[in-house]
Amino acid sequence: MSPPAQDYSPMEQMIVAASREIADGEVVFVGMRMPMLAFMVAKRLHAPRAVAYFECGLLRETLPAKLLYTLADPAAFAGAGWATQTTYVLGQLAAGRVDVALVGGAQVDRFGNINTTYIGDSRQPTVRLPGGGGASDFASLAGRLILMMPHERRRFVPRVDYITSPGYGDGNSWRERMRLPGGGPSALVTTLGLFRFNESGEAYLASYHPHASAEQIAAETGWPLALAPDLGVTPPPTREELSIIREYDPVGFWTGRDR
Amino acid sequence: MTPPEREILAHAESRGTSPGTDSKRTTMAEAIARFVPDGSRVVLGACLEAAIPFAAAHELIRQHRRNLTLIGPISDILFDQLIGAGCVDRAIVGWVGNVSAGLAHCFRRAVEQSVPRPLAVQDHSNLSLGLALLAAGLGAPFIPTRSLLGSDLPRHNPDLVPGTSPLDGSPLIFVRSLAPDVTILHVQKADEEGHAWLWGNLGVAVEAALAADRVLITAEEVVPGGVLTEDPNRVVAPAQKVVAVVEAPGGAHPSPVIGYTERDHEFFHEYHRRSRTLEGFNAWLEEWVLGVPNLEAYHERLEARRTQSEATP
Repeated sequence: MSPPAQDYSPMEQMIVAASREIADGEVVFVGMRMPMLAFMVAKRLHAPRAVAYFECGLLRETLPAKLLYTLADPAAFAGAGWATQTTYVLGQLAAGRVDVALVGGAQVDRFGNINTTYIGDSRQPTVRLPGGGGASDFASLAGRLILMMPHERRRFVPRVDYITSPGYGDGNSWRERMRLPGGGPSALVTTLGLFRFNESGEAYLASYHPHASAEQIAAETGWPLALAPDLGVTPPPTREELSIIREYDPVGFWTGRDR
Repeated sequence: MTPPEREILAHAESRGTSPGTDSKRTTMAEAIARFVPDGSRVVLGACLEAAIPFAAAHELIRQHRRNLTLIGPISDILFDQLIGAGCVDRAIVGWVGNVSAGLAHCFRRAVEQSVPRPLAVQDHSNLSLGLALLAAGLGAPFIPTRSLLGSDLPRHNPDLVPGTSPLDGSPLIFVRSLAPDVTILHVQKADEEGHAWLWGNLGVAVEAALAADRVLITAEEVVPGGVLTEDPNRVVAPAQKVVAVVEAPGGAHPSPVIGYTERDHEFFHEYHRRSRTLEGFNAWLEEWVLGVPNLEAYHERLEARRTQSEATP
């Protein structure tokens, strides 16, 4: 492993922590923005045989040559392994052929439910968010789900206002009762730490990032924080991991280094 | 005429049809006026972030179309513009925003404040929207899925009906079929009879074309009859459903068209900044849509700005 980097942003730490959740040879469904960068890091380092589906109707067996602003950029198409219909690629997801999906979201709760639809009452919302797109399907159907979220108290709420993408509902075998085929969230990776989920579907802090602390995470989380017995520190980005992110995103368009 | 073209022409004549007869080729203004009346249920942006038919949408705005129902998975900023211009009553969608910039400001104003008018939203996932269109194209009343079980989408969208499997009694979501009046596709090549080649990621373009009552094609290039049917596997939808073919080079700007144009990222980001306020949006709309008579003038304006920004370091 290359030596740890010194100067990196919380977004970059989140991306590398998420990338380490992808195993070699896996079939991955990739959401836009940060998840794509996490896939790029994994594919270049520890998961060279992983392949990625994009919901617009693409399958990548190799990486795009440059940063994607959207998953349907010409660079996403050039050299793709398959260019086809959305119902076919999401259909493979529904057929149980996707190991893991990576998505972001606006609001998350202690059971890993994601809201990207309404803040407030859906009949008179404070904020109308864009909606779920393919993320609702990822959360319902993927073998497991990796959530990526900037860690802010307003986003980490006890109960989401609206379940766009189901996590573990209200816990206690909720997914089994709903008969959701996918496995549900295996990790919630934030700009401050990494959460995993216990047997009743509740998030607990598994590690905090080197620039953060459990106290800071508790203050930015809207539910009583549960800690892993072996709570540790997330390994910081290595120089190699960081150089891959910056190769694709030299100006920090997605990672926010310049914003 | 090149030898292959001569051969194609001869081939067409031997079948008793000749290219150019029964032409569906027309202008953007006429195609929109004739085939997309007020109140239409229309699919736009079927290929998600690519090949979005912006020129057709801008013509809808210029003709002050009203009470439209927009149908699409991820339309990038196209739905936002139509909503902001007051053309839309209802949106049946997977995601409405500005993909590389953030939230959709006009969409927000319409839902949160009924500005410029109220907007009803039917939220789908990208899969459920694709299945709704696929069902219509198959003549099926619904298609069942296990996606969205336990999510809040079925509680708010009457076209996602919770049910049980007749086979084993397990819970399912029945996605009701959705048949649009018209599907507008921007493609790389089309001929006057309505054969169209679309390549790149296809999104729900095929499902939307098969589900719709009629299909309107805008194309980077209109090519002679017989060329595209040399490789009919590539033809995206049955030409007999196509009612109009419009040559519209650059008609998907600022979205990309594989083989023709890159994505103009900065145009999306500028729109995001300017549409943040109602006044800013209206000024943008005047500059890029209402104050521009057609696609040619739009590209002239774009080119003039490009030249200007190159001249000022």
